[in-house]
Amino acid sequence: MYAYSDFDRDFLAERNAQFRAQVERRIDGSLTEDEFKPLRLMNGLYLQLHAYMLRVAIPYGTLNAGQMRQLAMIADRWDKGYGHFTTRQNIQYNWPELRDVPDMLDALGEVGMHAIQTSGNTIRNVTADHFAGAAAEEVADPRPIAELIRQWSTDHPEFQFLGRKFKIAVTGSDQDRAVTAAHDIGLRLVERDGQLGATVLVGGGLGRTPMIGKTLNEFVGLDDLFPYLEAIVAVYNLLGRRDNKYKARIKITVHENGIEEIRRRVDAEFPARKAAFNGADMALLEEIEADFAAPAFEEGQGAFPTHYQHDPVFRSFVDTNTSAHRHPDYAILTVSTKAHGATPGDATSDQMRVLADIAAQYAHDELRISHEQNVILPHLPKRHLPAVHAALAEAGLATANVGLISDIIACPGMDYCALATARSIPVAQEIAQRFEALKLEHEVGPLKIKISGCINACGHHHVGHIGILGLDRAGVENYQITLGGDGGPDAVIGERAGPGLAYDEVTDAIERLVRAYLDIRQDASETFLETYRRLGSAPFKAALYPEEKANAA
Amino acid sequence: MARAFTPKVLTANALLEGDVVYLDAQGHWTRDHLKATLIEDEATADIRLLEAQAQGHEIVGAYLADAKAGPDGPEPIHFREAFRTRGPSNYAHGKQAAGPDEELQL
Ligand code: HEM
Ligand code: SF4
Repeated sequence: MYAYSDFDRDFLAERNAQFRAQVERRIDGSLTEDEFKPLRLMNGLYLQLHAYMLRVAIPYGTLNAGQMRQLAMIADRWDKGYGHFTTRQNIQYNWPELRDVPDMLDALGEVGMHAIQTSGNTIRNVTADHFAGAAAEEVADPRPIAELIRQWSTDHPEFQFLGRKFKIAVTGSDQDRAVTAAHDIGLRLVERDGQLGATVLVGGGLGRTPMIGKTLNEFVGLDDLFPYLEAIVAVYNLLGRRDNKYKARIKITVHENGIEEIRRRVDAEFPARKAAFNGADMALLEEIEADFAAPAFEEGQGAFPTHYQHDPVFRSFVDTNTSAHRHPDYAILTVSTKAHGATPGDATSDQMRVLADIAAQYAHDELRISHEQNVILPHLPKRHLPAVHAALAEAGLATANVGLISDIIACPGMDYCALATARSIPVAQEIAQRFEALKLEHEVGPLKIKISGCINACGHHHVGHIGILGLDRAGVENYQITLGGDGGPDAVIGERAGPGLAYDEVTDAIERLVRAYLDIRQDASETFLETYRRLGSAPFKAALYPEEKANAA
Repeated sequence: MARAFTPKVLTANALLEGDVVYLDAQGHWTRDHLKATLIEDEATADIRLLEAQAQGHEIVGAYLADAKAGPDGPEPIHFREAFRTRGPSNYAHGKQAAGPDEELQL
């Protein structure tokens, strides 16, 4: 994987020294909060409801065992022994003290990690398909491109004060596990006439005005991709609105000006950018690609087939949590952080160390964090699966629920977040426990529930098959349900089902919804989303609001 | 007629720990909502807020929050403020772990 160069190291050390001095000046009173706040945000430090929060970037979600161990060490030494993996492939520490943050950043710097551009109106941590470099159906590994985007955008002088935050995601697969259509720019790598390039989407985003990205260009060849990206951000930088924060994202720029006008301006901007790059990007990309070379795959499946045949618990785990790897003797294993009743995305320092040890011992020293808040072993030889399953089970990490109803995305909500209007974590916990008690989730099959604690939509509720949005209605928590959202290649924003529900009504309502689906699906192979698309929202709304049906009758 | 003033407590986060704090009757910051001073009129509330905003070396993000008198001291009204007196609901972290009586060293 990509190893930080001396340049990166020096840059990080200098940034951390600067921030250490800024923290000291804040504590001794020479900086006011108004002066300090933009500085701390630039370094990933937020103030939440009960404490500070440090957000650490995990570029394109890729980590090695040493980095994961360092994250565990930081959790033990300066936090409360755990970390929270987020939908943006970051890790958040919920309890740092201001004085300790410079030391935390130095500890991150030791393993080439940082919190830069995890906040502010800059190009944020670039995200990528968490199965990158491993998925059987992939066209190309998106991470070299993601890494070059990281290098290009970090401290890019033109783009430090954009109108608003700017998020880029890259996928190399037509399955689009990176939700590219919900990003300011989404790149989908494709091949045309033997040449690699990207379909470029712009103007996607969730938040208070959710929009699906529009195709700006069906195919931009790799040689042109970086000048093309720069042209887009340059056009947005000048054209995007700065008068109103809620209309400042590029999705609004695209919406107000029309995709044709954006395309015209980008095309006009492109030649100058192309000339300025002068091929330097492609030379760099070639170097970076070498860092992402696939590991030397080892042949053979050992005792895997026998275990698979004879151990039903192991079989269920493999069927639910593994995906097809490009090598037939390998699997991609998704480790669920969502044991029923656990906080989605949280991992204890012990669990982090178990994952690091497994990665180092069995899985080519690689780990990934997914936007679904799980941890992935992208290159796991099948012959090691039984041993890995046993080690995970011991650490409480063998829950076989990936892609099922208890594999819920939930933002921190009002348990941590200062912007929240309601809680999300306990809603997720209760739903997961309910379906575990009913022993129903394997029968229900693929179903994505996503929960946000306010309209900012950090929990992706708009693209949940079932989305839950927590609001404050006259001083009481109230939850709005959306149906039919989809974050995949043909992304769709879910439709609001009706009036909001009280906190203690949500789990029952979800159960009614799911039971209605089981009643009306054609057969067990028709998923919740497929049934919804076939029949529309009416039967689901009837299940959600039985009293209204009764009143109408 | 002017709208009746809802009593307030003045709250903020401590600069160093980030923990939730409240202004008490002596003008110190306490971590315990019950020990906060309940401000009953708007003019006093505005002055206390201005004073707090000048204390940026101790606290961050001061604001006034609705509260009501209870048997042991002021109690929060809105659920957000109730959560802030305790900590998160998924772990026994934050104030609910420390116990209410510990005085905060600023
Ligand atoms: C202190 C905590 C957080 C704050 C203050 C915060 C703030 C925000 C705001 C203001 C927006 C709306 C942006 C807009 O519409 O222009 C947003 C969107 C978003 N945030 Fe957060 N967030 C927080 C935590 C998180 C966490 C924990 C995650 C991941 C689980 C996350 C991921 C996202 C995503 C995916 C979006 C929507 C995509 C988009 O930008 O359109 N955020 N956040
Ligand atoms: S959706 Fe709202 S409550 Fe949830 S993390 Fe984002 S800003 Fe906070």
